[in-house]
Amino acid sequence: MFSLERWHEIFETLNKNRLRTFLTALSVASGIFILVILLGVSTGIQKGVQSEFEQDAANRISVWTGTTTKEYNGLNPGRYIQLKNEDHVLIESNYDDYLEYRTPIYSIWGGAVSYKDQNGTYRVEGAFPDQQFIENETMVQGRFIAQSDLDQTTKVAVIGHQMKRDLFKNEDPIGAQIDIQGINFIVVGVYSDPGGNREENRIFIPLSTAQKVFNAQDRLRSLAYTVKMSDDFDQAVALSSALSEQIDKDLRQKYSVAPDDRSAVRVNSTLEEAKRIYGLIDTIRGVFWFIGIGTIIAGIVGVSNIMLIVVKERTKEIGIRKALGALPWSIIGMILQEAIFVTAMAGFIGLFLGVGLLELVGPMVDSAFIKYPQVDFATAMTTVVVLILAGTLAGFIPAQRAAHIRPIEALRDE
Amino acid sequence: MIEINNLNKSYAVGQNKLHVLKGINFSVKSGEMVAIMGSSGSGKSTFLNILGMLDEADTGSYVLDGTPIKQLNETTAARYRNQFLGFIFQSFNLISYKSALDNVAMPLYYQGMKRQERTERAMHYLEKVGLANWAEHLPNELSGGQKQRVAIARALASDPKVLLADEPTGALDSTTSYEVMDLIQEINDEGKTILCVTHERDIAQMCRRIVHLKDGLIVKDESVNQVRAKIALNV
Repeated sequence: MFSLERWHEIFETLNKNRLRTFLTALSVASGIFILVILLGVSTGIQKGVQSEFEQDAANRISVWTGTTTKEYNGLNPGRYIQLKNEDHVLIESNYDDYLEYRTPIYSIWGGAVSYKDQNGTYRVEGAFPDQQFIENETMVQGRFIAQSDLDQTTKVAVIGHQMKRDLFKNEDPIGAQIDIQGINFIVVGVYSDPGGNREENRIFIPLSTAQKVFNAQDRLRSLAYTVKMSDDFDQAVALSSALSEQIDKDLRQKYSVAPDDRSAVRVNSTLEEAKRIYGLIDTIRGVFWFIGIGTIIAGIVGVSNIMLIVVKERTKEIGIRKALGALPWSIIGMILQEAIFVTAMAGFIGLFLGVGLLELVGPMVDSAFIKYPQVDFATAMTTVVVLILAGTLAGFIPAQRAAHIRPIEALRDE
Repeated sequence: MIEINNLNKSYAVGQNKLHVLKGINFSVKSGEMVAIMGSSGSGKSTFLNILGMLDEADTGSYVLDGTPIKQLNETTAARYRNQFLGFIFQSFNLISYKSALDNVAMPLYYQGMKRQERTERAMHYLEKVGLANWAEHLPNELSGGQKQRVAIARALASDPKVLLADEPTGALDSTTSYEVMDLIQEINDEGKTILCVTHERDIAQMCRRIVHLKDGLIVKDESVNQVRAKIALNV
């Protein structure tokens, strides 16, 4: 296999048929090239979607209410279902073991906020300290809402990074007094959100304060929880969907809402959505592999075809070799090695071109759903293995054919 | 050296069987130089193929240098060919993209000999056929006679028991033919057993014994006074 003579022969035959070798190599190289690009893009899609999910905790369950649209138990449609503090207390006490973070929320849209002569409208959310983890907020400065703020209904506010840029410019906002709907709050922290500017245009205040200053009594807008994650993703998904179903059922029963009335009570499990999307990514990946492998098969058939022609052209030579005492396996080895060499060389060129293109263009790709398309080492190694197998496969039939050449027929004088 | 008893061989031609060799008894002693003559269709090529282990007989025994040649699979046939036989063909059958030296070294390569030793041996045999200066030339840079000399060197390289020549001068003009026969005679003089298929009477006369084949049987087996090719050349 490693004899110099053998390599010498392979180079000689390849060199003698440069155009043929080039065309064969091209088909294999383009096959691998396309496979690598497809795999890179599918990795990119995966990363893109993953980063979309990073905006909020992936294991979040959200509860919203609205107006009923269906008659149920003799009650007319058009009732507004109002969440109250007691709902949160009930859910918390019923499912405490399964919940990780929890917060009831009272929010107002378009709250007028001003600082000195700067002003704007922002979403104001009254929440619990856990909101920081449910919304995936990172503190840039200062702190988030604390339990003591809730207990003492302090007038503190945590503002988004984008808000800070809008209202404070280069000033330090910590300790500054801002005006929310005519009431003064002290800024205690600045957060940033992986969801970007839109998500950073919110202002968090303690729930108790919000309910008091906006005269909301014990009314809530929504509830948000995260489920305790287990190591097994499928198990976590199952728990999450079971929990959201149960909460949904409890609320519908309490407020007499029709089971199929989606606008009155909505309980969303992000994890379920995540699972669906990840399933979709897996499918896309599968399809890409399928297409890529298909292209490679086309290449292999090309190589195989060429090797058959090579065997036919060299029938006489192979006959001579056999007459001189070449063993069948040495003939098989010769043809196989040539096929593997051509596929491997061409394949590596395709691999390098593909990886090179991804490295070059990848960082420039700026789309919400594709992020840094690239192939990792494991994928590259897999394609290499695919290549070697492909070469062996491509050479196998021609090599068999060569081994069965009978010297008398090959040597018969024309 | 060669013992053949009641050798039969037939081929299926469509529905019919074509009986090519109909019971051949034949023996060759070490150092003999035998011409096998016969018209086309006499079975001489089939006979040579069986002798060369490129084909196998249906019935009958074939013993080569004490080794019974029977039930050969591809691998053992290849090994025996390499070990026992040297082939010389009408159309030389050199590998076109290999130098004369590499062609001669080919059987040694299949014996698993190291490159260094192989090259030395091959060079020795090239010298013997008078082509040492042409070692690095490709076959298409050589004349017909030179090509056949390279082929002879190749046949000798593995030091076989028997040389099998199939119309060795068939593609050469008469002067070159005699030169080649002169070389073959010299090799025979050194004690190598040689079998030579030919349909040319003058070439057959240069062997020591002529076997006539007709319709699959040996019809005549005669010893002849060898005509030396060197003398024929000078006439």
